[in-house]
Amino acid sequence: MSQDSSYIKWPYPVLYGDEDTVSCDVLVLGGGIAGCWAAITAARRGVSVVLVDKGCTIRSGCGGPGCDHWAWSGDNPACTLSPDEMAHDLMEARSNWTNGITSYINCASGYETLLELEHMGGKIRDTDDEFKGAPFRDEQTKMMYAYDYENKTVMRIWGATFKPVLYNELQRLGVTLYERCQATSLLTEGGKVGSRVIGATGLNVQTGQFVIFKSKATIIAMAMPTRNWVFSTEHRGMSSFKPIVNSGNGHAMAWRAGAALTNMERSMSMLLDSHSTYPAYGDGNNNNTWHPCNMVDADGKEIPWYDHDGNIIQDVESRSLPSRLGQKMFLFVPGLGGKSAYDSKPPMLCPDLQQRVLKGEFKLPLYADLTTMPDYERRVIWGVMVGNESKTKTPILKVYSDAGFDAEKDLLQSYYMLGGSSMMREAAAPKERMIFSGGGGVVVDWNLMTTVDGLFAAGEQIFSTNGHASAATTGRYAGKRMAEYIEGKDISDPDRGQIEREKARVYAPIYRDDGVDWKEFNAGLCRIMQNYCSDYKTESLMQMGLEVLDEYEREEVPNLYADDPHKLGRTVDVMDIATVDWLIINACMARRASSAYLNFDRLDYPQKDPPKWHKWLTLKLEDGAVKHGELPIDYWGSLKDNYEAHSKGQRG
Amino acid sequence: MKKFNKEVYANPNRVTPAKPVIFNEELCTGCNACMSACQADVFIPNPEEGKPPIILFPDECYYDGCCVEECPVEGAIKLNHPLMQRVRWKRKSTGETFRVK
Repeated sequence: MSQDSSYIKWPYPVLYGDEDTVSCDVLVLGGGIAGCWAAITAARRGVSVVLVDKGCTIRSGCGGPGCDHWAWSGDNPACTLSPDEMAHDLMEARSNWTNGITSYINCASGYETLLELEHMGGKIRDTDDEFKGAPFRDEQTKMMYAYDYENKTVMRIWGATFKPVLYNELQRLGVTLYERCQATSLLTEGGKVGSRVIGATGLNVQTGQFVIFKSKATIIAMAMPTRNWVFSTEHRGMSSFKPIVNSGNGHAMAWRAGAALTNMERSMSMLLDSHSTYPAYGDGNNNNTWHPCNMVDADGKEIPWYDHDGNIIQDVESRSLPSRLGQKMFLFVPGLGGKSAYDSKPPMLCPDLQQRVLKGEFKLPLYADLTTMPDYERRVIWGVMVGNESKTKTPILKVYSDAGFDAEKDLLQSYYMLGGSSMMREAAAPKERMIFSGGGGVVVDWNLMTTVDGLFAAGEQIFSTNGHASAATTGRYAGKRMAEYIEGKDISDPDRGQIEREKARVYAPIYRDDGVDWKEFNAGLCRIMQNYCSDYKTESLMQMGLEVLDEYEREEVPNLYADDPHKLGRTVDVMDIATVDWLIINACMARRASSAYLNFDRLDYPQKDPPKWHKWLTLKLEDGAVKHGELPIDYWGSLKDNYEAHSKGQRG
Repeated sequence: MKKFNKEVYANPNRVTPAKPVIFNEELCTGCNACMSACQADVFIPNPEEGKPPIILFPDECYYDGCCVEECPVEGAIKLNHPLMQRVRWKRKSTGETFRVK
């Protein structure tokens, strides 16, 4: 049988324990959107750059397969808001529970970043005139806008073209790539927690070789953690919104190096990380990428759309206009908690749909009906948006079209309420939580440097930062700041003891041939989070969670085994997941108040959002223990002034 | 009449879904472009030159389809959606329903 590989020898040389040492000015850990941009802007300033990626840089990361909308570019010429107004409105819409620094960088430099992408070969406008005359197209520039055709805050782009052009640019600039190499830890001066970061260690996940990176500046640009509450030992990938490789490596190594993290208590019940749902953007719905699609019931009865104040919207085009008079901008993903979310409420499909289905007014199943949409809306949803967003180009657009789906003739089934109800698809069980939009990460300053000297961060690595445009703009900005930082700095020799300790930790699972494998360990960790740190939290439950995590650390980590370099990498991942779990529980215990925006419910502190808890809680490793701290909710000061001062006249 | 195959071996259960992609062995040249574009590194090269890579870790597939996009030969590799995640649709004019295949 061609698929039976039991007799095949491992196809790569096995180099467990061997060391490769490399030096550079700037070290980039993570080769997704943020990492590529950081490497590119640093390399353009003439410094030597090494990029470390556990996947394949041409397509790796959440944004590797694609992206359909470029959010919040206040610098785009058609936008009715200034970058400053947009950033402030965004902050306000989220009750300031978001990152002002990265929000401002996104709003102020999104468009200029896109222009650079276009220069590299990415497609950012309708150069083929496929949408001439459409209400979302600017006829002069051929740029296309999404969600809000009046204020033009978000652009439609052909993001499936982006990652390969970034990859080509890295090669053109001579960036040294270490692909299939997983960063495992940060090296610090003298091997001490909290001292200046002087490099990192890596594990080649094909050969098992150990790599020591020495650098003058280092950036962590890895993804938000996943697999903390939900993991299936078998099928998962088709319906998952996030690559399986995302395991919070950056969060875990930053913590171990002594960097402060914040907002780790924020998570939400969503089916985007679950094995039990349907392909993202691949079922009948009207949200996000599918906005403003018609939805009908099983008999073809149309489900109405409503404006801000509960009036039925009569025409399709008004679904993409401000939801009330004077509304400057709206968020395109509804459901963010907090009282100020009201002002940013978008035009929405029937908010009480569930009750109306239960009363029999609409018959299940529901369908997305592109057949009755204006031609340009049908083609832009099914073809540009589905076709570029995340992983839709092949899995949805191509596979469905090959199987006969025709957007002009067919209604795509919705799974809404077939198994319950939720915002985007069918029901998430309460325990199916995930860190998502606005989740926790490292604390940064206006140079995007963490609280540890020499360690920078970009993209989802930074607290409350997410999205393709945010990853690109923060990576681009951080690369410049790193190139400035290294002036006058030298390469330091790492502490040998620190390297030996890391080698012992990383290689331990290969000395065993039986015990617990990474998948079983991951599923076991999820049980801890589901049981002791889920929808309803109490001090004693979470204390129990920490105790069980400690028990796993003592009794199960020493049983982890891996029989090849690939599985060894996955095993290092799950050890990092355990570390992130520990951070999450500690962060949740520190917040003694419930919060609507943070989706945070403490049974022992039920009052929602009392003003004195409107602040960031931080945690870092100090003297072998958790050191808790706090920061004002707006610790970044004046957004505009600081942005101008730190970008020093070089825009972005 | 069909004959029973009575030569039975003791095999463990397979990890499923076991085939996130299907290769057309006639068309595949074994260039491994798909393997190089896989962010989860689910393939290993086939020891037999010119043959499609082996799907060693099917349970780690993220189904992003980049392997299909990077393939230089149209039709040599096809994404194969897991059965329980195949979405249905309805032809409006006839009411007939179909599913992803």
